[in-house]
Amino acid sequence: MAISSTGTSAGDERPWTYYALGTLFGAFLVFLYGPMLVIYILSFQGPEGGVTFPMLGASISWFVNIFEPGQMANIPVSFSRSIALATVVSLVTVAISVAAGLAFRRPFPGSSVVFYAAVASLVMPSLLVGFGIGLGFKFLGLEPSLFTSALAAQLTWTLPFGLFAMFAVVNRFDRSWEEAASDLGASSWQRLRYVTLPILLPGIMGVAVTAFTLSYDEYARTTLTIGSKNTLPLEIYALISSATSPTLFAIGTLTTAVSFLLIAVTLLLVFRTQHRRGLMRAG
Amino acid sequence: MVRRYDVELVSVTKRYGETLAVDCISLRIPRSSYCCLLGPSGCGKTSTLRMIAGHESISEGDILIGDVDVAGLPPARRGTAMMFQSYALFPHLSCLDNVAFSLKMRGVAKAERHRRARDFLDLVHMADYAARLPAQLSGGQQQRVALARALIMQPSVFLLDEPLSALDPFLRVQMRQELKRLQRELGISFIHVTHSQEEAMALADLLVVMENGHIRQSGTPREVFERPSSEFIARFIGGHNVLPWKNGMIAIRADRCTLGVVGDGPHVFGRVAVIEYQGPVVRVALTTDAGVEAAALVPDQQFYRQSVGVGDPATLSWPAEAAHELAH
Repeated sequence: MAISSTGTSAGDERPWTYYALGTLFGAFLVFLYGPMLVIYILSFQGPEGGVTFPMLGASISWFVNIFEPGQMANIPVSFSRSIALATVVSLVTVAISVAAGLAFRRPFPGSSVVFYAAVASLVMPSLLVGFGIGLGFKFLGLEPSLFTSALAAQLTWTLPFGLFAMFAVVNRFDRSWEEAASDLGASSWQRLRYVTLPILLPGIMGVAVTAFTLSYDEYARTTLTIGSKNTLPLEIYALISSATSPTLFAIGTLTTAVSFLLIAVTLLLVFRTQHRRGLMRAG
Repeated sequence: MVRRYDVELVSVTKRYGETLAVDCISLRIPRSSYCCLLGPSGCGKTSTLRMIAGHESISEGDILIGDVDVAGLPPARRGTAMMFQSYALFPHLSCLDNVAFSLKMRGVAKAERHRRARDFLDLVHMADYAARLPAQLSGGQQQRVALARALIMQPSVFLLDEPLSALDPFLRVQMRQELKRLQRELGISFIHVTHSQEEAMALADLLVVMENGHIRQSGTPREVFERPSSEFIARFIGGHNVLPWKNGMIAIRADRCTLGVVGDGPHVFGRVAVIEYQGPVVRVALTTDAGVEAAALVPDQQFYRQSVGVGDPATLSWPAEAAHELAH
């Protein structure tokens, strides 16, 4: 207690800058979350209400509206498309970035060229990447679709992220764990299966969820490579430009909830494993 | 024919690109002996150990373990087991599963491997911690588990890479005794890498002092301490004064030197530079008139009978037979 009280002991006032910066930060938070909060509140608008305040009662009728046939029939379909695509993107990203992360531990001829080539796609204008892939498909006479052109376009975005994350994870991996495994008679497969992957698991889960959420709300790259069947963000965008009703807000609330749920569950899992293992590396 | 050596190194060299880490060393480790590789950091001792273990390739030369050339063999088929400096316990496995790991890799059924792992946890007095994860153990406890995990392999040679350096001094002495006890009980050879001469002298049957990729001297700790072969050894092993004498250098054990009495024997003059109370003895360091540092370890009773102070002129003398000429 003695330590925490030293900063605010009697006669030791906080400087005015503390309050100024605190206010600035408060304003930032309002700016960041205010609009979203408005959307979440308005999605519970009463059946007679519109897209602005005041609230005319409260209801979940706009949520029900999403699932009614006819009205917004494409939302559940495009949602399931998005989930399917995000799942595949996440799996591919994990497989490639884990393998690459392990490979980059030892420099190999041309490793830095490969690294920069992979990372360069992070700074490429996203719309152009999508445009290029769409154009390429047209040029080759291929039909753009969800699991070909759209998948590839999203991977140009999630792979460099996955790679960066795995570098950080692999950096903290102690080589002697693998040496100990070989010493104890593990074959290279057994070593990967029983030592390397389990130890890296929290990091791998992080990469999986990051790739999933990046794919789930990707717009720019997807829009020019998707073909005729929309993912959720594209469908929402189409709805925004054609119709306005609190149903849009309900969709926003629902999709955000899905994202947050996913992240919360993962963080919980990661923290639990991390906590169980403690700070082993300090050893 | 009964084999005489557990490990033989024949002209072993290790190169990392242009740098020579180990330069053509040869060494024979007799059966069931405690061998310490001692040297300053970067002397090649750890590279040597890792080549024996199979975690490092051999650039040139041969390594024989139990008369078998192990050059192409993976670590697990050399009859060795290694304890790593960081212990390298698997953080996601309980102590029991860590110890049972090698049996699992060999396909031993769960009940059987857990039973045997418990026996080995018992051996290192860690049976009560079987269900704990490594992070929930202290450094000393982690080391015991690492010990059990390696010994369950029933190696013929046990390799230890700076095993005591992460422990506090008190625990270090305790674990040191335990390592020696285990080595005696198991009757296998231990090869122990360390930079602490105190540790090496306390443990070793065969003390191997390395510097710069070479073995500078090997023998029993007593042989090395009483007859250091070079200036480097005399300084590194400690407890010696190295002085220019006639046309060469000599080493004299500091505990054989006396202060103040000029007899017929050899002696040097100087001034007291440092006085350190060390309990049983007091270390009095002089700067000789020639500008060299030399010390005498004076038994405390004797020191307080005829106390000297810093800056006092003093004479350091020694019986002629206590001096020992050093090679150039």
